Amino acid sequence: METLFSQATEAIKREARALLESGEVAAFLGFAKGSIPTVTRPFVARSPEETDKLIWNGLCVMNLANYLPGLLKSLEPARRPGEPPPEGPLPKVGVIATGCWSRNMVIQIQENQLIRERLVILGIDSPGMIDRRKLESLAGGKEIQAIEEAEKKVVISGKGFRLETARQEVLRDNCLTCTHPSPVILDKKIGPTMPERHVHEPFARIEEIERMDADSRWAWFQKEIECCIRCYACRNACPLCYCPTCFVDDSHPQWVGKSVDPVDTAIFHILRAYHCAGRCTDCGACESACPMGIKMRLFTRKLQKDCLELFASEPGLDINSPLPLTTYGPEDPERFIINGSKQQGTQGGK
Amino acid sequence: MDPAPEKDQKWEPKIIAFLCNWCSYAGADLAGVSRFQYPPNIRIIRVPCSGRVSANMILDALKAGADGILVSGCHPGDCHYISGNLYARRRFALLKNLLEFIGIEPERINFSWISASEGEQFAELVTKITTRIKTVGPTKRLVKKIG
Repeated sequence: METLFSQATEAIKREARALLESGEVAAFLGFAKGSIPTVTRPFVARSPEETDKLIWNGLCVMNLANYLPGLLKSLEPARRPGEPPPEGPLPKVGVIATGCWSRNMVIQIQENQLIRERLVILGIDSPGMIDRRKLESLAGGKEIQAIEEAEKKVVISGKGFRLETARQEVLRDNCLTCTHPSPVILDKKIGPTMPERHVHEPFARIEEIERMDADSRWAWFQKEIECCIRCYACRNACPLCYCPTCFVDDSHPQWVGKSVDPVDTAIFHILRAYHCAGRCTDCGACESACPMGIKMRLFTRKLQKDCLELFASEPGLDINSPLPLTTYGPEDPERFIINGSKQQGTQGGK
Repeated sequence: MDPAPEKDQKWEPKIIAFLCNWCSYAGADLAGVSRFQYPPNIRIIRVPCSGRVSANMILDALKAGADGILVSGCHPGDCHYISGNLYARRRFALLKNLLEFIGIEPERINFSWISASEGEQFAELVTKITTRIKTVGPTKRLVKKIG
């Protein structure tokens, strides 16, 4: 059956093959089949033949921007520390980008982690990606052996069952509130342009939590992170987390203890989210990577809402507008500042 | 960490104050030399600029059992490093909201601007936040207990 996804897969294979054959790129970053049907894995094709393995479907949930800085570095000729890069252009990489991934690439360019000239971006409008946990709960514990996906519906099947569902029902939470499905930087467009999305209440869940009192919010937060095993998969999946030494690995001072003490886990989640403040594009890679199903995206979502409300900033949409925490304005909101002399504004502004 | 009921009256909050070297620390000094009275609950840590204070430090203090936090720097426009406090202002706005969002009592996290000439205001500020923190009682959330 010819679907949106099989067409896009063919187009990606064709473009990737052409790019590798012409020698324009040294590698092409896309997705390949995973070990089980509900999972895909990021895949680097280094020869035209390898492009046959590339796929495109609603389970391509990992953010490809995450792998770019490392991949580009691995393609550069080896050199000593401090030695300048060789003369002439460095090898390029081809990559697939949807709305959020391209925004992450913009942020990485702004933060000097990527060079735009070294990328060949195949832009594709995101159809909204599927939450494998929603599929699994739909299957009710039975093993999913095959997934067929069309524009509006998903069919899962396994031993003795076959279930059909609307695609909308199994989309990831972040895709349901996404307003920017189209890539912001690209060299070539693949597939059709998705209709503009209007999300009624993009921050509904956040507002719901904000309305609770402090004790219930704390209880919610504790419950949410209770099962965290501190594998740091959320950090590793995140294209914003590229520090050579992460704060969790610092030992002097040790910001976060090595144990699974609830306080250490809480501090890890607070700081991980906070480090994404004003940079997170809500790509949902952290949640998709989490083996325990923790909804840690809500913490970054809250920061995203505040950045929008306080600084009118949505990161990654425009390469020329600075990220909100790398700039300031004389009139920035400061209702939360306690002013000793004027005796006003004692409560934090929401 | 739970104080026994009879000790409850005697409980005094521990407040960690990050004061910038150029304004607020000098303001605190002025409060001292001017003999303004203020509660002895704050433990001052002198930092080069309010922009130096990271979320890590604030959370580390809470983890170590601080009942409250005060971060104070120069008034906007007066920063010794021109804009350190303006960057800090954006960061603190987000951090304070995030900590409230996950359920830390808002009274515990305080930010202020105190200049080197505001000794009296510094004394007032410390009195005010000490009273506020006393209303929420000893900290329990985010305190790491050993053993």
